[in-house]
Amino acid sequence: MVIAEQGRTETRTPSARSLKASRPLVAMDNVSKVFSNGTLALSRMSMTVRQGEFVSLLGPSGCGKSTALRIIAGLGGISEGEIDWPIFRINSSGLPDGDISFVFQEPTLMPWQTVFGNVYLPLRLKGLSRKAASDRITTALESVGLEDFANAYPRELSGGMKMRVSIARALVTEPRLLLMDEPFAALDEITRQKLNDDVLALWKATGITVIFVTHSVYESAYLANRIVVMKARPGRVHSDFPLRTSLERDARYRTSEEYRLACAEVSAMLSEAMGGQEH
Amino acid sequence: MISSADETLPPAEALKGPTDNAASSRKKSNSAARLPTRESAAAARRRDRILTMIVPLCVIIALIALWQILVTVNDIPHYILPGPGLVVKSLISDWHVLLPALWVTTKITLASLALALIGGGGVAILLVQSRWIETALYPITVILQVTPIIAIAPLILIYAPSTQAALLICAFVVAFFPILSNMVQGLKSVDHNLLNLFELYGASRWQTLIYLKLPASLPYFMTGLRIGGGLALIAAVVAEFAAGSAGAGSGLAFRLLESQFRLNISRLFAALFLLASLGVLIFALTSFISWWTLHRWHESSLKREN
Repeated sequence: MVIAEQGRTETRTPSARSLKASRPLVAMDNVSKVFSNGTLALSRMSMTVRQGEFVSLLGPSGCGKSTALRIIAGLGGISEGEIDWPIFRINSSGLPDGDISFVFQEPTLMPWQTVFGNVYLPLRLKGLSRKAASDRITTALESVGLEDFANAYPRELSGGMKMRVSIARALVTEPRLLLMDEPFAALDEITRQKLNDDVLALWKATGITVIFVTHSVYESAYLANRIVVMKARPGRVHSDFPLRTSLERDARYRTSEEYRLACAEVSAMLSEAMGGQEH
Repeated sequence: MISSADETLPPAEALKGPTDNAASSRKKSNSAARLPTRESAAAARRRDRILTMIVPLCVIIALIALWQILVTVNDIPHYILPGPGLVVKSLISDWHVLLPALWVTTKITLASLALALIGGGGVAILLVQSRWIETALYPITVILQVTPIIAIAPLILIYAPSTQAALLICAFVVAFFPILSNMVQGLKSVDHNLLNLFELYGASRWQTLIYLKLPASLPYFMTGLRIGGGLALIAAVVAEFAAGSAGAGSGLAFRLLESQFRLNISRLFAALFLLASLGVLIFALTSFISWWTLHRWHESSLKREN
C-alpha cells in the first residue's frame, strides 16, 4: 500500500491489516502527468485506496494533490503509468461511470437553478425525470440539513450553505467514492469545523470512501484515518501512513492530547516534505 | 432601507431640539420615533419612485416649452422650424400616412432582430464547437461588421429580390454582430469546474449545451439583445435612406425624406417623434425581457442590500 519514491518514504502499517481486508477502489501505479506547458505536475505516483478509507492528501501548493484527485476522478488523462478502478463501472472511454463524486473548492453551483435543480443535475444527466429523482434529492438535502431550502437560489445562501448544496449534489448519486478538493478552504473556521463534523458523520453513517485534499494539518489530523503527504516540484508522494485514534472524532477529540500529538506528527511529516524541496 | 430610515429619522428631529422650544420639540421627536417606521420607509420609497418619474417628465416639458417660446419670440416660419403644437397637429392629420409607415419600420426592425437573434445565437453555438470552425468563420463576421452598412446597402438593394428584403438584410447584418460576439463570449465564459462536473457525470455534448452553456450565456445574450434591438432600428432607417426613392411607400425614414423634399417640416418632426418613440419602446421591451429572464438569479438584476 505504501509505495517507494525516489525521495524518503515513511512506511508504517500497523492498521493496514484491517484495511487490507477491504477491496481496492482505485489503484494508481507509477502515474505521471505532464501538463501541456511541459510542467511535470505528478511524478510516478502510486497509491491504492480501499473501500471505507478516509484518505487525506496533504501537501504544499503545487505538490500535485489536486491533479492526483482529478486523475482519480477520470478527468484529464495521464501521461505515464496506469490507473485502475477495479470494481467501478467503466464506460466506453475507459473511465469510471457514475460511482465517483467530486466536491470542488468552490461550491460550483449553477446560479440559474434552485438548490433542488442543482442537486438534481447528476440524476438529470442520467436521464431521470424530476419526479423520479425527487425522493433521492430530498434525502440528499436532508443529509446536509437543507431540506427547507430546496426552492432557494444559490445567491440567497451563505458560503457554508452553498458548500452543503455542493455536498448534497455529490451524495445524490450514492457514490462509492467521494473526492473533495480543499472543499472548505474558503470558509470561516467555525463553519469549517461544523462541515468537517458533518462529513465525518456522513462517512461513518454511509461507509463511503473519501479522498480529501487539503493543505491544513489540523483538518487532515481530525478527519483522516490515512494521510498521504505530498511533495512539490515535481509533485510526488513523500509519505503514506495511517492515523489511528482510540477516541471518537468529535468536539472532545479536538481538545484531546491524542489530537495534539496527531497534529504534531502530521506537521513534522509535512515540514519534512517541504524541507526536502529546497535541496 | 428600513433600518436606515429607522436610524436617521430620530437624530434629524433631535437636531431641531436646541433651536426650537425644548419641551415641544422633545415631544415632537418622541412622536416621530414612535411612528411605524416600516410605513414611513414605504412612503419614502413611493415618494422616491414618483420623483424619478416626475423629474425627467418635467425636463421634457420644459424643453418643449422652451422650443415653443423660441419659435414664438423669434417668429420662426413653420417651414424652417414648426412649433410643438404644429407637430402634434400634423401627427394627427397625417396619421393615415404615418401609421402604415410606422408599421412597416416596426415590422422590418423586429423581423431583422428576430433573424439576428436566431442567426447570431446559432452561429455562436457553431463557432464554439471547434476551434477550426471559429478560425474559418470569425474573420468573415468581423469583415461584415466593420464595413459600414451604408456602403453595402446599394449593393444589397441591387441583388435583393425586393426593397423590403433589402431593408431586412441591412438591418439584420447590423444587429447580427453584437448578438453573435456577446453569445460567443458567453459560451466561452462557462465556469471550468462546472464543465469538469458535467464531464465527470458523463454529460453528452448536447446536455452540456442545453443545461450548462446556454443558461450560463443568457446574461451575455441579453446584452446582445439590448444592443441589437437599438442597432436594428438604426440600420433599418439607414437602409431606407440608402434606398431613397426606391423605397417609395415604405417606412418612416422614407416619409422623413419625402417630408424634407416637400418642406413639410412639421410632418418630418412627427415622423421623427414616432421613430424616437419606437426606439424607446424597443429599448424598454428588450430591457424588460432581460430583467424578466435574469432577475431571479443574476447579480446584474439584484439590488444591493447594504
